[in-house]
Amino acid sequence: MSSLRNKVIVAGVGESDIGKVPHMTGVGLNAQACKRALDDAGLTLKDVDGLLTAYTMTEPYFMLGTVVAEYLGLQPRYCASVAVGGGSPAVMLKHAAEAVLAGNCDTVLVCAGENRATGQTRDSAVAALTIVGHPYFENPYGPLIPGFYAMIARRYMHEYGTTREQMAAVAVNGRNHALRHPNAHMKKPITIEDVLTSKPIAEPLNILDCCLISDAAGAFVVTRADRAPDMRKRPAWLLGIGEFHTHEHLIAAPSLTEFGCRQSGEAAYAMAGLGPEDVDFAQLYDCFTIVPIIEMEELGLAERGAGGEMFLRKETAIEGRFPVNTDGGLLSHAQAGAGGGIFGIVEALRQLRGGEGPRQVKRHDVALVHNEGGILSSNCTILLGREAR
Amino acid sequence: MPGDLPAPIVNADSAPYWEGARNGKLLLQRCRDCGTLRFFPRYLCTACGSDHTEWAEASGRGTVHSFTIVHRAALPEFQARTPYVVALIDLEEGPRMMTNIVGDDALDVALGEAVTMAFEERGTEGAMVPQFRRGAGDV
Repeated sequence: MSSLRNKVIVAGVGESDIGKVPHMTGVGLNAQACKRALDDAGLTLKDVDGLLTAYTMTEPYFMLGTVVAEYLGLQPRYCASVAVGGGSPAVMLKHAAEAVLAGNCDTVLVCAGENRATGQTRDSAVAALTIVGHPYFENPYGPLIPGFYAMIARRYMHEYGTTREQMAAVAVNGRNHALRHPNAHMKKPITIEDVLTSKPIAEPLNILDCCLISDAAGAFVVTRADRAPDMRKRPAWLLGIGEFHTHEHLIAAPSLTEFGCRQSGEAAYAMAGLGPEDVDFAQLYDCFTIVPIIEMEELGLAERGAGGEMFLRKETAIEGRFPVNTDGGLLSHAQAGAGGGIFGIVEALRQLRGGEGPRQVKRHDVALVHNEGGILSSNCTILLGREAR
Repeated sequence: MPGDLPAPIVNADSAPYWEGARNGKLLLQRCRDCGTLRFFPRYLCTACGSDHTEWAEASGRGTVHSFTIVHRAALPEFQARTPYVVALIDLEEGPRMMTNIVGDDALDVALGEAVTMAFEERGTEGAMVPQFRRGAGDV
């Protein structure tokens, strides 16, 4: 297959109501996000001939791809469920783009998310996530997802001098941006001191270092680039995309300080013919505060060991030199299972178009979105452009 | 507290490992073609793809690669133990594994320090899981 560069567009995006939305089901939230994404593109369900989604941990559905298609009344000629955790949305964009380029379909609707806040109790939400640990060789020791990332954080702090204050600044950065987002889950300001003194979960991570548990779904529409003039609004051009998968469980991770985001980023940059210096802003996966710091450094957006300081110096603010997570990210905007990373794609298109008011970044020609799933196991990096390049 | 947590789940890949643990031994798989030691147990060598495998006894010594102190456990049966240490240990032989650090001084654990194998009983039928305690004492 030839390069995906400039061949497909993200034509529309949508997000469901976010936060605690007890009057809606998880699949219903996906349907709401899909409707909004199609409206945004100026398309209808009749235009959709491909559907990709991820999985749900709150509702008893198997084969979620055809479940969602059925729920929407679609009979697509291309349909699948993708399960690479938080990496799923970005990987689904890649699969959708490849399917469109191969001629398997013209227009793919991609959605992800679930009713994780109200579809189950908080205790059962946390307990359900033990499935991320290795059932035989990790779970006998009582780990938990924050614990896995805590072990990465401690090693990273040891090797590169990243500090707790820098990590706390990641949470504050996200919260400041969420306060400017009309649909973000979290509405209350926080300070670095608040993060450092919040309840310890798995040292060195406190509760405010950990992402939310939200009811939320997002959706986007992928179609051929030659259809751009037919869309209701300006689309985003897919300039480059790459994925890389190094392990699933932390016991099998090749390193606690080097991850597949480097390779996924290199593949995306190579496809786009761009480098980190060409990126105007980034939507990085931030399930825990250490993660965007690692991603910044692995993706070449900061020198090794310098990512945390960029957050602490507020260079990552919307007004800063390099805005990061302008919607608030998983830490403050929304996190709902496989849906977490989809909002990075949603926000990237909105920022590339411009006109986001107090949330709008100044330079918005090239966006980088990074999704990761598992324990930095599955990585996918996307470069989107305001124009074809 | 022996036995207050569920027994480990034994399957065809891991049965010799858990049988070894019952007998106070930490067993690793070794590829009979390329000699690579691996953890966790799997059917094929992850270095060369060979299916010729033997079991080798580890010394039970290692160093702490990283660790966390858990204050909020995911499951109720572990919540009673909080705060407890979950660590990644680099075994003297090379492979990395997960463990708890056990013992009265477990919460004082430090990155890079030496640890030594111990065992903890799980369930009601004598199952043992490998654990580690601080220091380079006798195995």
